[in-house]
Amino acid sequence: MRFLFKTDYEDDIKLFPHSGYYVSYGILIALLLAAPYVLSSYLMSQLVFVCIYATVGVALLILTGFTGQASLGHAAFLAIGAYTAAYLQKYNVPFPVYFLAAGALTGLIGAMVGFPALRLTGIYLVIATISFALIVEEILARWESVTNGNEGMRVKTLSLLGVAVPRDSPAFYFLCLAVLVLTIVGTLNLLRSPTGRAFVAIRDSETAARSMGVNVALYKVKSFAISAAITGFAGVLFAHKLSFISPEMFTLQLSIEFIIVILIGGTFSLHGAVLGAIFIVMIDPFLTYLKDDMPGIIAGVAATFGAGNERAASIQSSVAAFASLNGLKGAIYGIIIMLFVLFEPLGIYGRWLKIKLFFQLFPLYKRATFKRQKIYVKSERNR
Amino acid sequence: MLDFVQQLVSGIALGCVYGLIALGFVLVYKATEVVNFAQGDLMMLGGFFAFTFIGMMGLNYWLGFAGAVAAMALFGMLAERVVVRPILGYPQFSIIMATIGLGYFLRSIAGMIWGTDDLKIETPFSQGVLRIGALVLAYDKLSVIAATIILCALLYLFFNKTTLGTAMRASSENMLAAYYMGIPVKRVVSIVWAISAAVATCAGVLLAPITFIHSNVGLVLGLKAFPAAVLGGFGSIPGAVVGGVLIGVIESMAGFYLPEGWKDAAPYIVLLAVLLLKPEGLFGLHVRKKV
Repeated sequence: MRFLFKTDYEDDIKLFPHSGYYVSYGILIALLLAAPYVLSSYLMSQLVFVCIYATVGVALLILTGFTGQASLGHAAFLAIGAYTAAYLQKYNVPFPVYFLAAGALTGLIGAMVGFPALRLTGIYLVIATISFALIVEEILARWESVTNGNEGMRVKTLSLLGVAVPRDSPAFYFLCLAVLVLTIVGTLNLLRSPTGRAFVAIRDSETAARSMGVNVALYKVKSFAISAAITGFAGVLFAHKLSFISPEMFTLQLSIEFIIVILIGGTFSLHGAVLGAIFIVMIDPFLTYLKDDMPGIIAGVAATFGAGNERAASIQSSVAAFASLNGLKGAIYGIIIMLFVLFEPLGIYGRWLKIKLFFQLFPLYKRATFKRQKIYVKSERNR
Repeated sequence: MLDFVQQLVSGIALGCVYGLIALGFVLVYKATEVVNFAQGDLMMLGGFFAFTFIGMMGLNYWLGFAGAVAAMALFGMLAERVVVRPILGYPQFSIIMATIGLGYFLRSIAGMIWGTDDLKIETPFSQGVLRIGALVLAYDKLSVIAATIILCALLYLFFNKTTLGTAMRASSENMLAAYYMGIPVKRVVSIVWAISAAVATCAGVLLAPITFIHSNVGLVLGLKAFPAAVLGGFGSIPGAVVGGVLIGVIESMAGFYLPEGWKDAAPYIVLLAVLLLKPEGLFGLHVRKKV
């Protein structure tokens, strides 16, 4: 283990706390760059979705995790980015232009949502962002001259500087990965800048931040705009990956999935957004696995432990029947959310920190280190 | 004119259902500052319970209704005990997420148990219509309005005339102080959840003849109940019902007089406007924080 002695402010705002990070992130990046030549095309496609979800997760983290403004409307920002791309593409606008335009437009709309959000806290903000998302969904379905209504829009193959980048090519994956890495590095830089510090100050105590001279209104709007803009960029990639977009794809369900991404990953760390994205994207392959292979494996295990062939076959069919229930994904989501909120509010990353601390302090670890304190109800009603 | 009145009555009937769901939100919010995003799903589950008792087991309508209400009251207590109590007092965001998770879970489980078809409950009011001149009013809509009035009256009496109601009001004002005064706050919260689930069940059963019961009905109507609760002022019981009725009327008028598409968006536009102009709602308390 390694003790970090921070002796001045520069130590506190380093991008990476110590040199070990360069090694581990270097290995991770190398593995990710090698991935297209190793993994199957299905897994590659999932990896692209991980990148996109993680980008949105980071965007949401800036808003929810670091500024403390909950939003259940990020599917709407994703939709605005995706539709801007699809619309501009019809007029042969080159990719870099519409990519930036989508981000700019989404950021602008994000700022516009941020202004009303200034007066709202807690539950009211959640409800306001939900209604924003529902209104956007309705506009997408009705503004047929632009969005083609419920029939949806085709998105042509991405072409970057005259080179076609098909949605299942390694190049497209590298593009998504690059966007993700740039987003993460940008966010890390943002968080060690005065802006990021102001965000965190607002999250921890709005009153204290204001009394320290932080312009709370300005930074809240900024946070909304930045978060929305990043989501807009992710939306462009999302549209290209799916190659077809329609309003039904950007429902409240998707917003909740994004919240799950940061909730499961851990709401205070960028690692969390990536871990959560991996989790959300991998649920589908996991369910497929559960459906296709798991019954056979369980039956095989049962057979080796002395169950007869008939018994094994009946176990196999009942497991298969369970795995192909059509609400299973929703139920798993629900259970996972509840378990995380109840038992591990810091998410997967928090669990990792605890395990790490256990080994660092090995013989001296106290079981009550992370015990949650009983908090008495502080009213959020009258603030 | 006739169309207008017709729309008005159906809007009021729909609005009463929104109001009943919003009432559930408000009861729980008032007592514990928890916003139960699964309220609509409790309503859906109540509808399915009633369907099981009435449609599948062949019980009398009223008996099945009572059975469903009782079962859901127990279920509400269970949900409170398992999901909400361990995190009571933590930031609202975690509680919102927990109830969203609960909603997901209930929706999927209901889909697994009862299937995804639209179900229908035969009620005593299903067929008849009341004719006043040229005006035709369906009994099922009138029954919803009547039941809402009765429920509101009962809740009003309960909160203002009984010891338990007073204890609930006390613990909603200040939970810690109520605890010091000897009110068993945990039990009170349990009972609040039971009542809220029971109210949701009433909404679900009354709604059954108007829109069919299926596993997603809770999500759709639960989201419509938010504008109702906010419009009335989160935390005000009469406000919830008035807000619900207003939202129902607005929605039904928008569906009738405005182009297609406004019907679904109108409640949320109203909601955003209310949040911007008068966040405390129509009946909400506006309390300034004193330092």
